[in-house]
Amino acid sequence: MYEGAREKIAKFIHAAASREIIYTRNTTESINLVAYSWARANLKAGDLVILTEMEHHSNLVPWHMLQAERGIELDFIPVTDDGLLDLETYKSLLDRRPKLVSFTHMSNVLGTINPAAEIIRLAHEAGAVTLVDGAQSVPHLKVDVQALDADFYAFSAHKMCGPTGIGVLYGKASLLEAMPPFLGGGDMIKEVKLRSFRANALPHKFEAGTPAIAEAVGFGAAVDYLSAIGMEGIAAYEHEIIEYALDRLEEIPGVKLFGPSADKKGGVAAFTLDGVHPHDVAQILDRDGIAVRAGHHCAQPLHEKFGIPATSRASFYLYSTKEEVDMLVNGIYKVKEMFG
Amino acid sequence: MDDLYREVIIEHYKNPSYRGKLDPHDISFADNNPLCGDHIQIDLRVDGNGVVTEAVFDGHGCAISQASADLLMESIIGKPLEEVKKLSKQDILDLLGIDLGPVRLKCALLSLKVLKAGVYGLGEAGDDLVE
Repeated sequence: MYEGAREKIAKFIHAAASREIIYTRNTTESINLVAYSWARANLKAGDLVILTEMEHHSNLVPWHMLQAERGIELDFIPVTDDGLLDLETYKSLLDRRPKLVSFTHMSNVLGTINPAAEIIRLAHEAGAVTLVDGAQSVPHLKVDVQALDADFYAFSAHKMCGPTGIGVLYGKASLLEAMPPFLGGGDMIKEVKLRSFRANALPHKFEAGTPAIAEAVGFGAAVDYLSAIGMEGIAAYEHEIIEYALDRLEEIPGVKLFGPSADKKGGVAAFTLDGVHPHDVAQILDRDGIAVRAGHHCAQPLHEKFGIPATSRASFYLYSTKEEVDMLVNGIYKVKEMFG
Repeated sequence: MDDLYREVIIEHYKNPSYRGKLDPHDISFADNNPLCGDHIQIDLRVDGNGVVTEAVFDGHGCAISQASADLLMESIIGKPLEEVKKLSKQDILDLLGIDLGPVRLKCALLSLKVLKAGVYGLGEAGDDLVE
């Protein structure tokens, strides 16, 4: 069942083989695996890594740490005022021959669905390896890592109806085979002597220690569940909801929405309400059974870019309804009344 | 209708009496709540007997954090620093007149942490200051 789940996951993201699916704890660990194993073997002082201004902290801090350790350089694809990546600036950054381009497929704040295939194609033309943070995209879109030609692709089970504590790093077998192991220990070895070891084959080479067996099986069940419904159907349904939600939220005086129009984004609506702090908005909504998240959503630099400390964020999935959007809108009017 | 958002809290949030900065000042300190990004700076003037004569706060954050800062400033003016050092979590809750869960408690206590770190001359506003 544990290996069966791996096969299901491979099929779900259209990987060429299940040995390209490495179990990790979550997206964060997957990105760190690339930073520790691939990057430390391949990057030296002065090498350029391109990120974007809309990254989650998990795709910033590992690179900050590597910068401090190795002296790599970081640069960022800017975010435009309407929440899109500025691809013209990206193209000029590529003239500096980066070694790695690491970016989110879908912003967890703005909802922006980035043109991953194009970003990857341009990166490859410039000779760079690509890593995609797919924490938001795999749960909500049909993802085909081969069609995207992604070199690495990271995601978590808990954002796709699965359990916490398990995620995946997809990597092209040729890259994974050339990489040094990540954590050392049991399971990741073929043979151990007192003074040496031989690493195991993929995917076990990167999976030291007793794995999260129950979680992997749960991950497989989540993939079965989503596959049975169909990712195209889920994406279409969420699109309908977010279109409706943006329309309704826009009507409310004092509400400011962040991110692009509904046709360019997934099902999240981050907003501020004039004169009321996002935490107060969230707390008051919570009392009516409406759960939104308030804060910087682990994307502090993005919020700084927009000149705000925090937003409230409503997020939708296959189980969300238009009636719930109406409850949210009514709740925001109630907040306005209280702070009026 | 809503205990947490009592009128007094919303009033102090919307129309604070002690918002601002003091220049010159005798004590000034600022810190963040890293969890939610709330930021508070507190400036004090203290007379020769160690009594607070003026106290203001600046910053941004939720209604709870800003209202508690305003109420705290009001309460320490005219008090000796030795008394300010003794202020506790319960004093803040008494000022607010509400009970708070663990998450919002951090919002409420930020201003007291910043105040005490400033008075003690510490580099950081630690949780141990508001036990």
